Amino acid sequence: MKKTKYTIGVTALNAIDNPGPGIPVIRALRESESFDVRIIGLSYESLEPGIYMHELVDKVYQIPYPSAGTELLFERLEYIQQQEKMDIVIPNFDAELYSFIKLEPKLKKLGIHTFLPTLEQFEERLKVNLPEFGEKYDIPVPKSEAVYETRKIAEIAREFEWPVLVKGKYYDAKVVYNLEQATMAFNTITSKWGLPIIIQEFIHGTEFNVTGLGDGKGNTIAAVPMRKQYITDIGKAWGGIAVSDDRLLELTRSFIAKTKWRGGFELELMKNKEGEYVLLEINPRIPAWIYLAVGVGQNIPEALVNLALGNEVKPFEKYDIGKMFIRYSWDMMVDLSEFEKISTTGEL
Amino acid sequence: MQQNQNVMKIKKNIAISDSGFVFNPSSGESFSVNPIGMEIMELLKKEMPTQDISNHILENYETDAPTIDKDLYDFITMLKQYGLIDDNEKD
Repeated sequence: MKKTKYTIGVTALNAIDNPGPGIPVIRALRESESFDVRIIGLSYESLEPGIYMHELVDKVYQIPYPSAGTELLFERLEYIQQQEKMDIVIPNFDAELYSFIKLEPKLKKLGIHTFLPTLEQFEERLKVNLPEFGEKYDIPVPKSEAVYETRKIAEIAREFEWPVLVKGKYYDAKVVYNLEQATMAFNTITSKWGLPIIIQEFIHGTEFNVTGLGDGKGNTIAAVPMRKQYITDIGKAWGGIAVSDDRLLELTRSFIAKTKWRGGFELELMKNKEGEYVLLEINPRIPAWIYLAVGVGQNIPEALVNLALGNEVKPFEKYDIGKMFIRYSWDMMVDLSEFEKISTTGEL
Repeated sequence: MQQNQNVMKIKKNIAISDSGFVFNPSSGESFSVNPIGMEIMELLKKEMPTQDISNHILENYETDAPTIDKDLYDFITMLKQYGLIDDNEKD
């Protein structure tokens, strides 16, 4: 039987050393068993590698940075929609999610579906709100506090034991061992990501990550836990392995059930010395290592598209334990004319 | 020794391959053990008391009891440290 072909917009084509999830999401969609795809890449910069991966991305449009505001983004998406008639858009950057969530009803009117967390879900899991989130849903979280000015660091740091983590509101985290390092990290991170920064208790232990998909009604559609095996200098997984731990899966199901999470997500957890899992962070989107979930039997991007379009989706019940992913880098040859085209016209 | 009467049980989900590759699916950690290490792990999996394992090695290898007891103790301690021994071990 001929499969339906969906046109899907995907962001985060930056398959670099701090990779965006776009390329693995596209790879997953191309391997979908329930539909065919035409992929519209949505890029921010002309050197995002995915722009030039023509075997994966059919057409690319540049879109304005989130800082330009939702109106400008909507205008651009409206233009793209006139050309492409997208069925769904999958935004994959934390920083752009707010705009896409806000635009959800307007995009729907254009015929563009999304499957994103609600604004409330998005905001209550923000790093600055993590202590309240932990309390509300009875999930163990590390002690943390938001800092808005340098002179408050010393005062707040007194409530913690060194080392502490200094985290940006969206990205970046540094382990610091004294006040001087904390101040330096504050300055570096705020210059890049703005205020506030978060000072967080450093939990000693082993880090685990879980990616999953909630249907917005409290049901777990997918959940795959992973342990990083090879970590880059900036803490990104360059290799990982699918693990099996009932408590980890139970915690994930409980998170989805209690929050009625809608969409893809990644939980970052630390297993402390007592063997308890502490939730460090919730990323409200699909992670860059998503292809591991596909590889072990849970095609989360495919299920997300089907949920967004109202198709029937059965929850995944198993996955292959012990399968690994190992990332690698690859040099593409690109004609200057292509770089010129995306740089000058914003399309390729 | 009282301690050697214990049964140190390897966790049920731990996979040990013929090549001595040990995989803990809960933590994602993997280890390599040499043939004697593999033999000991297989015996632990069968819930053989440590004293019997010690005797088994003494019968099959050219060594002496104090060396075996020390090495076996060290090996089992290491297995515990890596979370491969069941916490609800039988005494």
